[in-house]
Amino acid sequence: MRDVLTKVASFAYAGLIYGFIFLPVAVLVLFSFQDGRLPVPPFNGFSLQWYEAVFADRKLMAALANSFVVAIVSSLIACLLGFLAAYALARYKLPGSALQRGLLIAPMTVSYLIIALGLLTVLNTFGIKLSLWTVGIGHVVINLPLCFAIIYSSMGDHHINIERAARDLGANDFKVMALVTAPMLMPSILAAFFLSVTFSWDEFIIAFLLSRFDVTLPVEIWSLLRSGLNPKTNAIGSLVFLVSVAVLAVLELTLFGKTKKS
Amino acid sequence: MTAPVSVHNATKIFGAFTALDDVSLDIEAGEFIVLLGPSGCGKTTLLSILGGFQSPTKGRVVIGGKDMTSVPPAKRPTTTMFQDYALFPHMKLRDNVGFGLRMRGMAKAERDEKALGFLDLVGLKTSADKKPHELSGGQRQRVALARALAVDPDVLLLDEPLGALDLKLRRQMQDELKAIQKRVGTTFVHVTHDQEEAMAIADRIVVMNQGRIEDFGPPADIYMRPRSVFSAGFMGEVNFIPGTVKHRVDASALVDTSVGDIALPLKSFTVGAPSPGQKVTLCIRPEHFRRAGEAEGPVVSLGDATITGSAFFGTHYRCHLKPSSAPDLSIVAHMPQSADVADGQILPLAVNLADIVALPAQSGRS
Repeated sequence: MRDVLTKVASFAYAGLIYGFIFLPVAVLVLFSFQDGRLPVPPFNGFSLQWYEAVFADRKLMAALANSFVVAIVSSLIACLLGFLAAYALARYKLPGSALQRGLLIAPMTVSYLIIALGLLTVLNTFGIKLSLWTVGIGHVVINLPLCFAIIYSSMGDHHINIERAARDLGANDFKVMALVTAPMLMPSILAAFFLSVTFSWDEFIIAFLLSRFDVTLPVEIWSLLRSGLNPKTNAIGSLVFLVSVAVLAVLELTLFGKTKKS
Repeated sequence: MTAPVSVHNATKIFGAFTALDDVSLDIEAGEFIVLLGPSGCGKTTLLSILGGFQSPTKGRVVIGGKDMTSVPPAKRPTTTMFQDYALFPHMKLRDNVGFGLRMRGMAKAERDEKALGFLDLVGLKTSADKKPHELSGGQRQRVALARALAVDPDVLLLDEPLGALDLKLRRQMQDELKAIQKRVGTTFVHVTHDQEEAMAIADRIVVMNQGRIEDFGPPADIYMRPRSVFSAGFMGEVNFIPGTVKHRVDASALVDTSVGDIALPLKSFTVGAPSPGQKVTLCIRPEHFRRAGEAEGPVVSLGDATITGSAFFGTHYRCHLKPSSAPDLSIVAHMPQSADVADGQILPLAVNLADIVALPAQSGRS
């Protein structure tokens, strides 16, 4: 009797937890198929009209492409810079290396709003016009600490002899990094890259404050929301969610599956 | 290819620690040299200096007649085989072995063919498309050897390469290393702390201790005619009997010891001719003891001794003996496997004169 109670209680608990996490998403996705003008109950019937509307909306599609480009480019730059910084700090004796590590990771603790305001001031001072480039710069600032931390933590001392062997066989510093170090660390570099992509993809405050005419998807969705609730926002939200899930699935299948094996 | 190596007065100091203390060494082209010593003796430091991974605080390194003291590893005609193999985990074996050739700008097809040749040399041709994690320790070892040899170095440096293998595999790899070295003719400099391994593979052994070279010569010389007390003790079990030189008579010297006066021929003094009054240490290997009457050639009797303990080792009995004339001395001797050995037994002990080595006594050094 007691066993049954515990079992029921734990199932109920698990159900509540998953409900709490996923109910909003489920509701969002459900009402993106709403046959009617309002994304609220009751559910009137199944329709794809709002997806049609999303794909027909030039501005939304442009924002989607912008988001994609900003996420990929800023993540590439953040990974490259993070890798170089990690390599330098893991392999060379640099002055104040503990302090330098701290400085590199510090932006993680600063709120996006503060970073955005700081960047805005700097950009204004230098007379740089706001664009997707400035959004990208902002995203590099927030993702670089993450990329650095992930890549640095995977640079073990056991790699030192392998790099030394490469150098002994005639490789210069660039070739050692490109042909030996980076491929050896590829699982963590890819993990850093994909995490960085998802963060950039979702990011709103920096993208909002540092862009002007061309905007990213979260900013476009926000301006849609200002004109009231609409199943179209549900449809685009579902699409964004689908992309994130796809990235995660790819990560899980290719990277984490691989590291478990070896 | 192959080249001679010379080290002139190399000294390496890390802070307050002297890892290498004025070491000079001449290695001939095509030799298999083993640097032997306990951990911290400076053998790995010497190897790093030969490979260019460290530069000496003082002194010079000459390889193939050229001064290499400040030349970086990549520019030296040396390659190093690392203790942990240091294979590239993300590359197939053929790409691991071909890496050095790739760095030298060789085209893909050509270097693949050469890499296959070297994998064949170490018996792994059929595994060319595998990755290192699919191999056993001994196989990784072989790939590391093939990779280091593929760039055709003049000198191959081996940093305790067999340390991680189990005993049986280690013996097998020793034979293979020796055979491969004979085939390619490259000068090998091999670091180890295992004296059996050193004797099994070396043309000449360099015995090192506390940053200095204690002894240098072919394995049989080092074992039979050591030139330092440390070297005698490190190469295998040995009995040390202290004594004092009384006087010299023609071609021999009379040494006063606790087991009686022993007249030793001058060639027993491997380091130099003795002078009267000099303190010496006599070194006698356990297998050199004989029962008086069984020995051949000129022998010296050490008087009677009592067996205080014995154990059967297969090839011999290992016995602890207490000489009657010096009860506080404990001697380890090997008796033939067919011998009748019992505790408390009293034996007349003797040694072939030619088997005794006399070295100047050292105080404060082990």
